[in-house]
Amino acid sequence: MEEKLLQLIEKQARYSVSDLAMALQESEENILETMSELERKRVICGYHTLVNWDKTNKEKVQALIQINSTPEREYGYDRVAARIARYPEVDTLYLLSGSSEFIVEVSGKTMQDVAMFVGSKLACIEGVTGTSTLFVLKKYKKAGMLLEDNEDRQERLVVTP
Amino acid sequence: MIDYESYLNTTVRDLAPSGIRKFFDLANQIEGVVSLGVGEPDFDTPWHVREAAIYALEKGKTFYTANPGLLELRKEICAYQKRKFNLDYQEDQVLVTVGGSEGIDLACRALLNPGDEVILPTPSYVAYSPAIALSGGITKYIELKEENGFKLTPEMLEAALTDRTKILLLNYPNNPTGGTMSRDDFALLVPIIKKYGLIVVSDEIYAELCYDEHFCSIASFDDIKDQVIVISGFSKAYAMTGWRLGYLLAHPTFIKAMNKVHQFVIMCANTMAQYAGIEALKNGDEGIEQMRLSYLARRNYLVEGLNRLGLKTFMPRGAFYVFPCIKSTGLTSKQFCELLLSEEKCACVPGDAFGDAGEGYVRISYAYSIEQLKEGLSRIESFLKKLDDGKVKV
Repeated sequence: MEEKLLQLIEKQARYSVSDLAMALQESEENILETMSELERKRVICGYHTLVNWDKTNKEKVQALIQINSTPEREYGYDRVAARIARYPEVDTLYLLSGSSEFIVEVSGKTMQDVAMFVGSKLACIEGVTGTSTLFVLKKYKKAGMLLEDNEDRQERLVVTP
Repeated sequence: MIDYESYLNTTVRDLAPSGIRKFFDLANQIEGVVSLGVGEPDFDTPWHVREAAIYALEKGKTFYTANPGLLELRKEICAYQKRKFNLDYQEDQVLVTVGGSEGIDLACRALLNPGDEVILPTPSYVAYSPAIALSGGITKYIELKEENGFKLTPEMLEAALTDRTKILLLNYPNNPTGGTMSRDDFALLVPIIKKYGLIVVSDEIYAELCYDEHFCSIASFDDIKDQVIVISGFSKAYAMTGWRLGYLLAHPTFIKAMNKVHQFVIMCANTMAQYAGIEALKNGDEGIEQMRLSYLARRNYLVEGLNRLGLKTFMPRGAFYVFPCIKSTGLTSKQFCELLLSEEKCACVPGDAFGDAGEGYVRISYAYSIEQLKEGLSRIESFLKKLDDGKVKV
C-alpha cells in the first residue's frame, strides 16, 4: 500500500484523505496513519507546490553553483555539506561524481544577490576550495513537469464507443 | 426526384446507427459537458513511441510495407505475446491491421457465408453485429448476467448453439462491462468449442488492463488454439487510439484468407505507425504498467463513489469501464443518460447502446483523472438527489 500511496501523491499532493482511501481501497484512518508514519520516517519530506515564478511579477534569480571541496578524515564531505545546506538561500544540494564535488541550487532576488552570497558565504566555508556559478536563463521542465506545454492536445471526442 | 436511398445496399441501409453516435450528437451540442463517456485512454502516447514514428518519417519510411506488416513488427508481436501471455505464434500467424476494428471485419469476412451464425454475448462493443451483418452472417445474442460477473457460462453457450453456428465472438476484458474470464472460466467452455468445432474470435484489445489477476487468453488452451482468432492492438494498452494499429493472430490458413481481403482493401497498415509499434513492443512494458496502476486507482475510486451514491456497481476486473445498474431510479438507460446530460451536463453512455442486455445500466469510463471523476460523481450525486426530490421531469 505504501508504494501505491506514494505513487499517487508524488504527482498530486492535493488528494484528500478520503479520495486516497477510495482509490486504494483502504480506510481513511489507515491512510492517515500510513502518511504520518511515512512523514516520520522522512520518506515523505513535504508537500510542495511547483511554482513557475517567471510567470509572476516577483523578482527571482536562480543559479547552479558547482563547488569544489576537500574531504575530511572520518567525515568525508558530510560536514562541508551540512555547512552549505544550512543557508536558506540553498534550495538543493547534491554530492556528485565528476570534476566538482557539489552542485547547489541557489535562489536570490537579483544576480548580484546570488553572486554576493556565493562570494561572501559559500566560497568562504571551510573545506570549499572553489566555486563556479551558472545562472539559470529559462526553465523548461521541473520535477517531471513541462513548465511551458506547447502541445496541441487535441480534445478527445465527448463520447466514443 | 431520384430516390437515392433505393440505390443503397440493403444491408448497409438497414444497419441501425450506433446508439453511441446519437448520444454523441446530443452531448456535443452542450457546452461545458463533463464527459465520462469516452472509450479511449486519456494518457499521451509515450514519447519514445512518438519519437520512433518521427524518426521513421525522417528516415523516409513512407512507402508501403508487406501486406501482413513489417516482418520486424510481426516478430516483436510474437515475442510480446509469448512474454506477456505465454502464447506461441510465428510470424506467418500474424497480420498487422488498421486497428482492432479492421481485425473484426476481416475475421467475419474471411469466415462467414450468408446464413452462418455467430454467437455474441452481450452487452458488447458496438462494432461486432454490424461486422457480422455486413458479411452476411446472423448474430445470435446471449444476454450475460451481472450476477455471473458478465461471464459466459457453458450452459448459456450450449443453449445458443445450432447447426449453423460457426463463430463464438468473445471480448474479455469486456467493453462495456469490464467483466473478465479467468482460466478456470474458459476451461469450462473449451470442451464445447472443441466438440462443435467452433471458431472463437477473441477480441483481446484490453488484455493489458486486468487488475485482479493476470490476463488469460482462450488461445492458451492447446486443444483449441488453432480454432481461435485473436484480435489485439496498440490502442488501449499504449494509448495509441489515433494511430490505428492492431493485429490478428491465427492459424496460417485463416491468416492467409484474411490477408487476401486485407491486401485488396487496405494494402498495409500505416508505415510510420508500424515503426512506432516496434518501439512500443520493445520498450513499452514499464509505461503500460504505470498506466495500468493509474487505471486501477481510478477504478477503485469510481466504484466506491458510485456505490456510496446508491448505484449498485459491479467491481469490474478489466478494461476501463464501470457498468452501474440504474434500475433503482426507475428510469431507462436512455432516460437516465439524457436527463443526466440535460440536468447536470454529465455524459455517460446508455447501456442499451451495447445491446438489449445493457438496458438498466450505464457505461461510465474511468479513462479520466481522479479530479475529473470526482466532478462527474458530484454531478451524478446532484442528479440523483433531484430525482429523489421529484425535481426532474421524465
